[in-house]
Amino acid sequence: MNKDLGWKVILIVAVILLFAYGIFGIPSGVSGGALADGLLSGGMFRNGIHLGLDLKGGTNLILQVQVNDAINVDSDNAVEILKDGLRKAKVNYAEITKPDPANHPEQIVLKGVPPDGSSALRDLIQNKLPEYDSASGANDTWTVTMKPTAVSDTKNQAVTQAIETIRNRIDQLGVTEPVIEEHGLGQYQILVQLPGVDDPARVKELIQSTAMLEIKQSLGGPYSSQDAALQEHNGVLPNDAMLMQGHTGSANDEWYLVSRVSAVRGKDLRDASTGTDENGQPEVNFVLTNEGGQRFYNFTSQHIGDSLAVVLDNKVQEVANIKEPIRDQGRISGGRMTQQQAKDLAMILRSGALPAGIKYLDEEVVGPSLGADSIRAGVRAAVYGMVAVLIFMLIYYRAAGVNADLALILNLVILLGFLGFTGATLTLPGIAGVILTVGMGVDSNVLIFERIREELRNGKTPPSAVEQGFGHAWVTIVDTHVTTIVSAAILFLFGTGPVKGFAVTLTFGLLANLFTAVFVSRVIFDWVLSRKRIGEALSI
Amino acid sequence: MNKEWRTTGDVRRTTKGFCSVEFFKNPNIDFLGKKWYFIAFSLIFSVAGVISLIVHRGPNWGIEFRGGTLVYVKYTHTPSLDALRSELDRVGIHNARLQTLGRAGSNQVLVDLPQETTTEAALENPRDQIVAALTTNKVPNKQDLNNASVLAVSKYLLDNDPLHLATDAQKRYSDIAQSITDFRDKSRGGLFSSFNDLNGVADPAVVASLQNGFFLSDFGVYNTVIVGPQVGAQLRGQALRATLYSLLGMLIYLAVRFEWIYGVAAVITVFHDTLITVGAFSLTDKPISLTVIAAILTLIGYSNNDTIVVFDRIRENLKLMRREKLSDIVNRSINQTLSRTILTAGLTFLTVLALYLFGGEVLHGFSFALVIGILIGTYSSIAIAAPILVAYQDWRSNRSTPGFAGQGGTKVPQSGSGRREKAKARA
Repeated sequence: MNKDLGWKVILIVAVILLFAYGIFGIPSGVSGGALADGLLSGGMFRNGIHLGLDLKGGTNLILQVQVNDAINVDSDNAVEILKDGLRKAKVNYAEITKPDPANHPEQIVLKGVPPDGSSALRDLIQNKLPEYDSASGANDTWTVTMKPTAVSDTKNQAVTQAIETIRNRIDQLGVTEPVIEEHGLGQYQILVQLPGVDDPARVKELIQSTAMLEIKQSLGGPYSSQDAALQEHNGVLPNDAMLMQGHTGSANDEWYLVSRVSAVRGKDLRDASTGTDENGQPEVNFVLTNEGGQRFYNFTSQHIGDSLAVVLDNKVQEVANIKEPIRDQGRISGGRMTQQQAKDLAMILRSGALPAGIKYLDEEVVGPSLGADSIRAGVRAAVYGMVAVLIFMLIYYRAAGVNADLALILNLVILLGFLGFTGATLTLPGIAGVILTVGMGVDSNVLIFERIREELRNGKTPPSAVEQGFGHAWVTIVDTHVTTIVSAAILFLFGTGPVKGFAVTLTFGLLANLFTAVFVSRVIFDWVLSRKRIGEALSI
Repeated sequence: MNKEWRTTGDVRRTTKGFCSVEFFKNPNIDFLGKKWYFIAFSLIFSVAGVISLIVHRGPNWGIEFRGGTLVYVKYTHTPSLDALRSELDRVGIHNARLQTLGRAGSNQVLVDLPQETTTEAALENPRDQIVAALTTNKVPNKQDLNNASVLAVSKYLLDNDPLHLATDAQKRYSDIAQSITDFRDKSRGGLFSSFNDLNGVADPAVVASLQNGFFLSDFGVYNTVIVGPQVGAQLRGQALRATLYSLLGMLIYLAVRFEWIYGVAAVITVFHDTLITVGAFSLTDKPISLTVIAAILTLIGYSNNDTIVVFDRIRENLKLMRREKLSDIVNRSINQTLSRTILTAGLTFLTVLALYLFGGEVLHGFSFALVIGILIGTYSSIAIAAPILVAYQDWRSNRSTPGFAGQGGTKVPQSGSGRREKAKARA
């Protein structure tokens, strides 16, 4: 049995070390004073555990992407393709409309299509609009509808692209650790969290500003770094050129050398769409304004064989060769573009800005002074609550109280270590979760100890009372933990940021409690009993 | 003098001579006999809560659920709410609710604009609108340093270049701006009362330059929350669903672990706790925020703990004491587990109380819900949950064998063996 105990102690020490590492990292001479200081200011967590917005201060925005905008862009384009195609096929129809662009942007209705034109229409849709279905109705009416999969793809695409665009713009603020991600389940909402930013007006202005779209001459690249680009040109860049970073989505850092002057700007563009070239490869077709077309013609006719870069918000999106002079209708094609890339590029060219409009649903600005107050209050409450519990256990259970207190402290170490390892964000409700873990965790000890006392009263010997106490209380403890964790799990699914933090903290705290209050506490009891003479009483 | 020290039952001498404390040594209270008191107590609180909810037309939803705008303002002096109201009126904000917050002397005011005012256009910048309205000592062409963001300060310094920096100006000024706003927010509680506060924090040239471009108002905004109408409705639905799922989860788990009537009893009990907690929020006119819902969901899980402890003991005693009346078994089970019920709840209550007293304003509603909920939850696991089992049993035996109610040997359904026994008895 003693050998068994040894292994268990080693396991416990290993767990302590593992999770202590999660909290503090490798210790580098932490003094007691610094630790207490760090605890109160929250500084102790800076390495592993991130502080949530409610503790650090900052701006929290929830945006609604008006995804129907993106569908409308696509179906408007389809209307043009249909008009054009039917004209070429000499099919005379009465009317083509989108009956309900606000609620059903994916629907196009053609009226008065002659019966002999229906095959031409079907062919046209099959070849040019593969993402649309068609159905004929009464009175020669045809309904052309975007396929549901295409609709949801386009909507998700709009959200993804909006996130990407917003991230690019937020980068200009130089915020550390911004969070820009999809929010909610399928509601097409975006969550933007900017720690330390307390000026939402500026953020909104930045997000809504239209992106700067330019087409520039590409003079070289991609290079793996700025230095590599400089080396290529013997340390001196040409006067009329500048270095520009590649699209952030690309795997490696990419730099391009581009001309300072733009050949065309966003306002010169009228439309863009995807298509396929003669080899069946995806391509992007674009249409320029008359004036922009004239300028572009002058430029491209002088630069045949050179490369052009599509630049959005000072980031190079795509580079392609000039094959022939382009006036107001051009296309970008090249072997390396995938269907998706072509679609993205068309979307960028078309909108120049966000792919779809944005509405603000929710805005919260936590001032840094409030965050600091919250940390102080939260930590103070945690310390007071914990000390009260520790002292109570010592008075009420004596030596066994020491046992419970050790288990409780280990419970906290594991919980905080877990938060450190997972890079979880500690929010104010999260701190409350830590405090509640203390209060609920100690319940397990109480259940066990009361049972042991009861068994002792019934005349059992200490070892058998401990055995029975743990055995009987275990079932109850599992039941109580399951019910609490079930409601925490539901809370996790339903809650947003800070509340989620609470649910995570509480759940993991209670799971760790099963280990500390049952396993660790038992090992300590066994150790105490192994040092006592037979028949000696247990201090509980 | 023959004075003697005697133990009073609270202190037990163990064989080794240690004194250990023990509350409730062998209590023997007839809980079931007092059920009418309990029913009366629960009814009074539930009905009071429900009436309050009806009078207030539903719960007092927090900002997240009802939508609207909250601006938390802190003053250097004690503000007059009437003066503030007239200032807001002047700029056309008529239906704002004003409320002082925190302890007396903390000089905090909450400006609460209802949803109707928070139109989409106003959503663009209600904070600035309110700040503008409250600024009484506005100096033309100057910004308010107490409400200026880091970015604004940093941009101002960069534009005016008081230190004549040749290199790295952007980075240096942004660091200086950061240190100034950090000092304001972390050391001065978010407010400067005079530019002299900055001496020693920033270079005199910087302070002089700031004085040219900034003035100091007598307040600072330390928190704003703006919620559009859509989110609120969506969240309300989610909160109600989450609460129902939670209750359902409890019902299923306890029905599986025990018997369905145990699950039903536990869920009725927890529903009772939830109702009284929500009622307490309505009676005290506290808003139900997102974190309060979190607390209520936690309570749904936690209130069950004490109930489970009692149920576990009832199940155990049912096997040991086959011949006894169910009501006696239940009574004994409650008494046997009384000390741990009180202790576990008491210890959790201790931590929750610490949270309520010291946890700060943001968690006030959350910890209030837990304080009320744990008190009620403990009471109800003794006074409601177990008696429901007995009531159900009485009702069943009344129905099947009229005239034999209250006779010994009534059985409560119990898992496994109990069910088989019943089957045998029927056969």
